[in-house]
Amino acid sequence: MNWLDICALEEINPLGSRIVAGPKGDIAIFRASDDQVFALDDRCPHKGGPLSQGLIYGTRVACPLHNWQIELDSGEAVAPDQGCAHRHPVKVENGRVLLTLNNAKECTH
Amino acid sequence: MKKLKLVLVGNGMAGIRTLEELLKLAPDLYEITVFGAEPHPNYNRILLSPVLAGEQTFEEIVLNDLEWYKDNQIDLRLGRKVVEIDRRKRLVVADDGSSAEYDRLLLATGSNPFILPIPGNRLEGVIGYRDIADTITMMETAKTHSHAVVIGGGLLGLEAANGLRQRGMHVTVVHLSDWLLERQLDKTAGKLLQTALESRGIHFRLSEQTEELMDNGDGRVCAVQFKGGDVIPADLVVMAAGIRPNTELAEKSGIPCNRGVLVNDTLQTYDPRIYALGECANHRGTAYGLVAPLFDQAKVCANHLAQLGFARYQGSVTSTKLKVTGIDLFSAGDFIGGEGTETITLSDPIGGVYKKLVIKDDVLVGGCLFGDTADGGWYFRQIKEGANVSQIRDHLMFGESALGDVGHQGQSSAANMPDSMEVCGCNGVCKGAIVKAIQENGLFSVDEVKKHTKAASSCGSCAGLVEQILISTVGGAADVKPKSEKAICGCSDLNHGQIRKAIRDEHMISLPATMKFLNWSTPNGCATCRPALNYYLISTWPGEAKDDPQSRLINERAHANIQKDGTYSVVPRMWGGVTNPSELRRIADVADKYNVPMVKVTGGQRIDLLGIRKEDLPAVWKELDMPSGHAYGKSIRTVKTCVGSEFCRFGTQNSTQLGIDLEHDLFNMWSPHKVKLAVSGCPRNCAEAGIKDVGIIGVDSGFEMYIGGNGGIKTEVAEFFVKVKTADEVREYNAAFLQLYREEAFYLERTVHYLSRVGMAHIKQAVVEDAERRKALVAKLQYALSFEQDPWKERIETPQLKKEFDRIAVVTLEEASV
Repeated sequence: MNWLDICALEEINPLGSRIVAGPKGDIAIFRASDDQVFALDDRCPHKGGPLSQGLIYGTRVACPLHNWQIELDSGEAVAPDQGCAHRHPVKVENGRVLLTLNNAKECTH
Repeated sequence: MKKLKLVLVGNGMAGIRTLEELLKLAPDLYEITVFGAEPHPNYNRILLSPVLAGEQTFEEIVLNDLEWYKDNQIDLRLGRKVVEIDRRKRLVVADDGSSAEYDRLLLATGSNPFILPIPGNRLEGVIGYRDIADTITMMETAKTHSHAVVIGGGLLGLEAANGLRQRGMHVTVVHLSDWLLERQLDKTAGKLLQTALESRGIHFRLSEQTEELMDNGDGRVCAVQFKGGDVIPADLVVMAAGIRPNTELAEKSGIPCNRGVLVNDTLQTYDPRIYALGECANHRGTAYGLVAPLFDQAKVCANHLAQLGFARYQGSVTSTKLKVTGIDLFSAGDFIGGEGTETITLSDPIGGVYKKLVIKDDVLVGGCLFGDTADGGWYFRQIKEGANVSQIRDHLMFGESALGDVGHQGQSSAANMPDSMEVCGCNGVCKGAIVKAIQENGLFSVDEVKKHTKAASSCGSCAGLVEQILISTVGGAADVKPKSEKAICGCSDLNHGQIRKAIRDEHMISLPATMKFLNWSTPNGCATCRPALNYYLISTWPGEAKDDPQSRLINERAHANIQKDGTYSVVPRMWGGVTNPSELRRIADVADKYNVPMVKVTGGQRIDLLGIRKEDLPAVWKELDMPSGHAYGKSIRTVKTCVGSEFCRFGTQNSTQLGIDLEHDLFNMWSPHKVKLAVSGCPRNCAEAGIKDVGIIGVDSGFEMYIGGNGGIKTEVAEFFVKVKTADEVREYNAAFLQLYREEAFYLERTVHYLSRVGMAHIKQAVVEDAERRKALVAKLQYALSFEQDPWKERIETPQLKKEFDRIAVVTLEEASV
C-alpha cells in the first residue's frame, strides 16, 4: 500500500479533525480521544454534509447538518438512518498520520 | 472476577425493565436467572385490552422475545413459579423442585386480582383479568357463551367489558360506586363515559353489590344474584374489583409486608440483598398499579444493583387513560379538588366533551378530560413541573395549541390525524409510521420514538404531537416527563438541574473531571451532552473553566453558520442595526472579492454574506473589520431597534441609542440558547419588541420591559416584566435578568420556557424586588464578559486558532505515488 504522510498527530486536536484535499474530493481525518485515527470521505451519506465539521464522541461523529450519527470505523450511519461514508485506511506511525486512498467501492447503500 | 448472581422472580414488565436498565449500566456484573410463572416471554401487559378487543395479536405485544434473553445470556425459566426463598442459603426454589442461588434477589411478582369473598367465587367461568391466560379464556368463552358480567367499573373492568362486547357477548358491568371510574373521574365525567359505553351496548348496574354467583349444576357459573335480590344470567364472570399485591412468597420468607412488600427509596426490602418493585411493592405507603411508576422504580433499582447507588425513588405522580378505542379519557393528579383549590370546568354534554382543571396556589394540581384529551400530556407536564400557571390561566383550558403553533398545518390534535398525515415536517415522518414503531418496538417515551423514527428529532416542534400519539397508543404507560426531570441524554441518568448543581457545588471546571465525577457512562459524552456541559462549566466558573471548542457544534466552533453545501454565512455586527457608508463599502468589497453568491438583509437588522468557504473566513473577517455578529451562537444575537425620538415624529425615547448600548452591554455573552432583544421608541412598537427575549417599549414616562417573547416555532408574546424611568435602569434590569437566565436555565431552554418553568414571581423576586441581588447579578455578568473577546478578532490574530480553517493538500503526493 502507498502510505501518504499527512501531518503530525498533534496537528489534529483530540476529538477534532482535519481535512485533506484528495483527488476525488475532501477526506476527513478524525482523531478520537484514545488517539485512534479514522479517515472517511468528507460527505455525509444523507445530504453530503462535511463530516469533518461534526462533533466527535467515542468513535462516532455527528454530522453538522442534520445530526446523523456515523460510525468512524465502518463509515455506517447509526440506525434508524441508513447509508455509509466511504472509508480510507489510515494509521499513526512515529507520531505521523499516514493515509492510503481506497478506490474500491465499498458502500452498498 | 467471578460474576455475582442475580435472580429475578417475575418475568413481567417491571422486572425485565430493571434488567434492561441494569444491562445498560453494568452489562457484565451479573449472571442473571429469571423465573416466570407464565409460559410466555415478557409482554406488554397494558395492551391485553387491545388483544381482547381484537385490535392486536399476542405476538404484537411481546416486548422481549426469547432471542433477547439468549442474546443477554439470561437463564430464563418459564412456567416455573418460585415457592420458597431460603434466605440463609441465598437460594430460591421453584414449584418443580429446581433452584437457583443468588447474591441479589429481585422480586417483581406483580399482583393478583381481588376475588370477592362471596359464595360461588370458585366456580368455573369466574376469572380475574391479569394475564394472557385470562384473556384467552375470555376470547374462548365469547365463542361459545353469550352472557358476561364484569364486577368492577374501574379501568380494567371497563376495558374487559368493551373487549367482550366487541367479541359479541351481552355484557353487564356491576359497580359498587354510583359512577364509573370514581378513582379517575369526577361524577360528571363518569356519567358521560357511561352514556358513551351504553351507546356501544354495554349495560350497567351501579350502586349494586353482588351477593352470590350461582352454579348451573355442573360447577359452572350461570347467574349473578345481587343484594337487592335481582338475578341476571352470567356464563362468564370477570372479577375486576381491584388488585392485591402478590406478596405470598415474600411473606412466607419472613420479609416484612403490609399491602405490598415494604421497600425503601432504593427499592430494597428489609433484607438488603432482596429488592422488590412494581405492583408487588409498597413504597412510602403506595403500591402502584400503573406502568409509568414501575419504570421510574426500575431505573433506581438498576442503579443500585449496578453498585452506583446515587439514585433514589421518591414516588410518582400518575396519570391514567382508558384504552377503549374511540373513547378519550385522561386524568392526572388531584382532579376532585377540595379545600384551598379552585376549579375551571368546561362542559359540553351534547358534544361529549368535559374538561376540569384543578388549581391550587396558582399551580395546576390535577385534571380530568373526557372527549378531548389532546392536551392530556401537556397538562400532565404542567402538573409534574408544578409550574406557576397564573399568567396563562385565561387560556389554560384551551390547551397548548392555544399558545400558537406552526409547522404541521395547524394540527394540534393527534387523535384527529389520519395515519398518512405528516407529523414531523423536518424528517417527513407520518403518524402511521410512529404508531407502528411504538407498537412494534414497545416504545414508551418520546426519546425512544425519536431514536426509532427520527420524528421530533430535528426542530422538535412536533414533540407535543408525538407525545400525544404515544399517549393515545400506550396510554398511562407513556413515560411523559418535563425536561427538568428528564435525564440529559443517554450518557447519564442525571437531569440538567442536578448537573448544574453538581458543577456549582463541587466547583467542577473541566469536562473530563465532570464526566468522571458524575459517572458518565460514555468515555466522552455525545453531541447532546457535551455542548450542554461545556456551557454549564463556562457560565458557572468564568475565567476558571476553559472553553472546549471540540464540545461546541460547528457554528460556534467556526464562528459562522454552516450552510447546506458546507459553505458558511458571515453576519458582521451592526450595533442596534445602525451602519454607515464605510462599513457598507467594505461589505461590498468583500462580496465582490470572494464572489459571495448572495448578500441578504436579515430579520435582525444586519447583512448576511452567504456562501463563504471555510478557509476564507479569517480573511473575510479581517477585511470586513467589523466585530462578530454571533448570528451562529447560543449567545446574544441582535438588538433590533426602531428609529426613535431622534428622527421619528412619534418617538418618545431614543430607542436606537438604547439598543446600541444594550448590545454593547451584552457583546460576547454566551447563554443557554440564543437571546434576541428589541427596543421600540413608542407603543406603536415598530421593532416588534413583543416577540423578543427582552423587549423594551419606550413611553413618555419611561420604559416598559417585557420578557420571554419568541417568534420561532411557537409564537409567544412576551410578558410584562417591569416599568422603569431611565435608560440606565433598563440596562441594569436587562443585564440582571439575563444573568439569572444564564445561571438558572437549562441548556437549549429559551427564555419563554425558562420563564414558564420558574414563574414570573421568581424572576421578579430576584431582579425587581431585591436591589442588592440585581446589582450582584449585573456584576457577575460583567465579570464573566471580562474574559471574553471578539472571536473573529481572536482568530485573525492568533495563528494556532486559524489552523482549523486550513485544508491539508496531498494531491501532489498522491499523483507522485500513482
